[in-house]
This record gives sequence, structure tokens and C-alpha cells, in this order.
Amino acid sequence: MKVLVPVKRVIDYNVKVRVKADQTGVDLANVKMSMNPFDEISVEEAIRLKEKGKATEVIAVSVGPQAAQETIRTALAMGADRGILVKVDGDVEPLAVAKILKGICEAEQPGLVILGKQAIDDDSNQTGQMLAALLGWPQATFAHKLELGDGNAQVEREIDGGLQTVEIKTPAIVTTDLRLNEPRYASLPNIMKAKKKPIDEKSPADYGVDTTPRLKVLKVTEPAKRQAGVKVKTAAELIDKLKNEAGVI
Amino acid sequence: MTSLVIAEHDNKSLKDSTAKTVGAAAQLGAPVHILVAGQDCGAAAEAAAKIAGVEKVLVADDALYAKMVAEPMEKLILGLAPNYNAILAPATTNGKNYMPRVAAKLDVPQVSEILAVESPDTFRRPIYAGNAIATVQTPAGKKIITVRTTAFKSPEGAGSATVERVTPAGDPGLSKFVSEELSKSERPELTSAKIIISGGRGMQSGENFHLLDKIADKLHAAVGASRAAVDAGFVPNDYQVGQTGKVVAPELYIAVGISGAIQHLAGMKDSKVIAAINKDEEAPIFQVADYGLVADLFKAIPEMDEELTKLGY
Repeated sequence: MKVLVPVKRVIDYNVKVRVKADQTGVDLANVKMSMNPFDEISVEEAIRLKEKGKATEVIAVSVGPQAAQETIRTALAMGADRGILVKVDGDVEPLAVAKILKGICEAEQPGLVILGKQAIDDDSNQTGQMLAALLGWPQATFAHKLELGDGNAQVEREIDGGLQTVEIKTPAIVTTDLRLNEPRYASLPNIMKAKKKPIDEKSPADYGVDTTPRLKVLKVTEPAKRQAGVKVKTAAELIDKLKNEAGVI
Repeated sequence: MTSLVIAEHDNKSLKDSTAKTVGAAAQLGAPVHILVAGQDCGAAAEAAAKIAGVEKVLVADDALYAKMVAEPMEKLILGLAPNYNAILAPATTNGKNYMPRVAAKLDVPQVSEILAVESPDTFRRPIYAGNAIATVQTPAGKKIITVRTTAFKSPEGAGSATVERVTPAGDPGLSKFVSEELSKSERPELTSAKIIISGGRGMQSGENFHLLDKIADKLHAAVGASRAAVDAGFVPNDYQVGQTGKVVAPELYIAVGISGAIQHLAGMKDSKVIAAINKDEEAPIFQVADYGLVADLFKAIPEMDEELTKLGY
């Protein structure tokens, strides 16, 4: 069974983003870029399935600019077998990504697609679910634990009140939550090996997809800032302030 | 045309997030209907009918919807979609699960986690964990929206909507609910609590969270945690407040032993009053706290407890 793992190149999660003065977006110039952290968890899970003998091949896919090739290389260095780069410059909305991934799924026939539950740039949390709907496949989002059976999978999911287990038929879509696994670091020999692994280059037109954004971003602004308040000296003073000054207890 | 709000409920009762989503839907300026999909969910439907401004409540009562599994929900909502111009759901783990499926099938973009309605086709939503706010305009056609419910108010007053049954849409046969483990607590839920006390890595162990429990009991507060505390295994994942956990906006948020990582701040910085206790006076949490106490929490929390007892809490 093949496992497909879409990976997105985003601003590194440690970087403090800056909104551009002209309010057209956030500043991406000279900013460190990395693989979306939830996607690292997806790659790790796929590689573990291969190590357990449940997956035969792990394919990393990225929809993005030429530089997204680096993100695919990271997945290859972790242990993915080959890559597909669908080259698009500029923003691509989740629905367009899902349509491209649908085309790739039809060509590659994976048994499982594992995606991060959301990308930490646009925070949409949509692509996996949209892909599942377009393919008519079941989904298990926010996965905490994944057990692959014969023609099905049991997935424990992180939900608002705790954990929920669902059983889905495969082929299926799984989206990863934080605690599914801890992604490995790529070793130097594996980084070297990854340079020789193949990456296919495609375009959205190869899948008949128009990536023109449908939502119009009118502006991007800074959130309202909170002012630091006062320091108190004792626990008793804190209680006094909360009770008598703020009136919240 | 009308807007449809998908209710969040546990069959027996309606969650606050439903009324808040109605609050957001009302700002679109069209009549509002609510869909309650569940099993033996009559009580939740009755509660939905009492939300002010709601015209009609649709009830789909079937075992298929007992746990709002995504695939049957998609089919049900798609069947109703031709009657509506906008469909809104709270951005709960349920809403996030089924809504993008509906959007994809309708071939429209989804607007996730709106914070404000600027006009019936223009919305504000957080990006980069709330470090930037995007104002987006939707194209003509149906709108599929999830709502960050802490940013909206429930409509005031009482309503008396008509309740109408709708036929279940059938089982796509792709998935089934197996089991769930819900945290049991006598305390209010994180997303609706007026006061929250949260612990971070500084708590050092799960055991030590009992210190917070005592304060929470006195203040009728919910107990939350930072991602660091959840990842360290101190408390279960549903305690997590932050961009990837729950987004909260209580009257009072007390952060204990939490440094204030960006992703945590994104989940609580809209709280009305923030108090922080941390022994590191450089901790970023103090930059957003209205009241900061630089102290060892293992000393400060028992002192707070004592002080509250003294005051008769």
C-alpha cells in the first residue's frame, strides 16, 4: 500500500511573523521557512507504517513554489521514498490544493493519505477534509493514534471533550494532531541519500486545476495589542486586586 | 435567502457555542434556521428553538448523527444546502471536521474561524496563530463559515422558533463511531467558563494540578493547561488552551507556571482580565497580564487558597 503525505512550506514556527506595512500580507522576505510542524508528524507516521511493513512506499507531495522542493527533500531525508512537486507561485487555497491532491491520488492510488490537521500559516484546517469529500473517502481528523487493519483503520481522535475512536474504511484520509508521534530528525547519511531520491515536477494544469484564489484578501493587519499591567507583591494582594479592582471574583 | 447554523450539542443539551454562532449568523442580515442533528436530541432542539431571532429549527434524529460523524453529516447538510445562502458552524472539533467536506462538495471556499462580520460577504479571521488578522471577501454564491465562538455574543432575549423534522439522509457507509473517552468533571467547560485557572510546565507534575483544583473549586473555575503541560503528560489533551487546543475568552484567566509561548497566548489573550504567576519575571506571559505576581507557584497558590478561604469563598 502506498501512503501519500502532502507537506507545506511555511514560515518556521519559531519566527515571529511581521505584518507588512502596506497590509497586503506578512513579510516573507529573508524569513526562515520550514515544513509545517503537523506535516512532519504526518511524514513520521507514514514512515513508521513503512517500517512496520504496512506501507510499501511513502510519497511526499508539495504544492508550492520551486523552493518547496526543500520541504520535499526534508521529507525524503526523514525516510519518504520519492517526491512530487506541483509548482505554483503565490497563495493556493485549500480547495485548490485538495483538487490537485485528488488528481495525484487518482494517478498514484494510495491506500492512505496522511495530512497535517492545519498549516500554521493560514490556519485553515480544511485540506484533508476537502480531499476526503472530493474523493468520496472517509476521514479521521485530529488523529492521536492510528491502527491500520485489513481494509480499514481505527483512529483515536482528539476532540473537544476528550478522545473519540472511529473506524474508517480504507482508502482513507487521516489528519494528524500534535500527540500522534514525535517526528525524528534526519541523520546526515539520510540527508545525503535524500539528494538522490527522485522528485517529479508537475503543474496544476496537469491535473486540470485552476489555482486562482476565490477568497479576496482585502487586508492583513496586526491584532489588537494588550498592554502589560501591574506587578503585585503577594498572593493576598493579587486576590485583593481581582476582587476589588477588577471585580472578576 | 436564509442562513443555516449547525448546532453543537450532546443530544441532551445545547452548547453555548450554538447560540454564539447564531449571534454571528444574525449579522449576515438574513433569517436564521438551526439544524440539530443527533439521536434522541429533542431536548437540544427545544433549547435551540428558544434562541432569540431563530425562525426555524430542523431536527434530524437518527443513530447516524449521535456523534456527528463527518461523512453522514456531510450528506445531511448537502441535502439541505439548496435552501440556504450561508451555512455556519461553530469552530469546534465537530464543526472543523464536517464543514470543509460540505464546502468542497459545493465547490466553494470555506472561511475558517471568523472573528468578526464586517459585512455580509466580508469577514475577519486569524492567521499565523492570531499574530495577524486577515480581512477576506467571499465570492458570490454560498458561504461556508466556521465561527470562533469566543468572539461573538449570544442573541439576547428569548425566541420561539418552529421545530420541524427532516428526513435523515442515509449512511454513506464509510465510517463508524467506535467509542469515546470524555473527561468527567463537575467543573464548567473551558470554552464557557467565566474563570479559568491554567497550569504550565512549571506545575512539574500532574499531581500538582490538584493545587489548582482547590482554587478552581472555590471560584467555580475551569482548569486548563498549556501545551507544554499536556505534552509532558501532566493532564489530558482536552485541557489544552492555545492555538491548537481550545481558544478561550473568560472574564478572568489565571496563568500559573506558564511562560506564555505565542501559541498559548493565541488561545487566551482575548480574556477580559489576565493574572499570571511565574517565578521568572522575564516570562512573556507578563507582557499580556493585567496582574503579574513574580513568585514560586508552590508558595503562591496555597497562599491564594488561604486568602480565598479567609474571604469566605
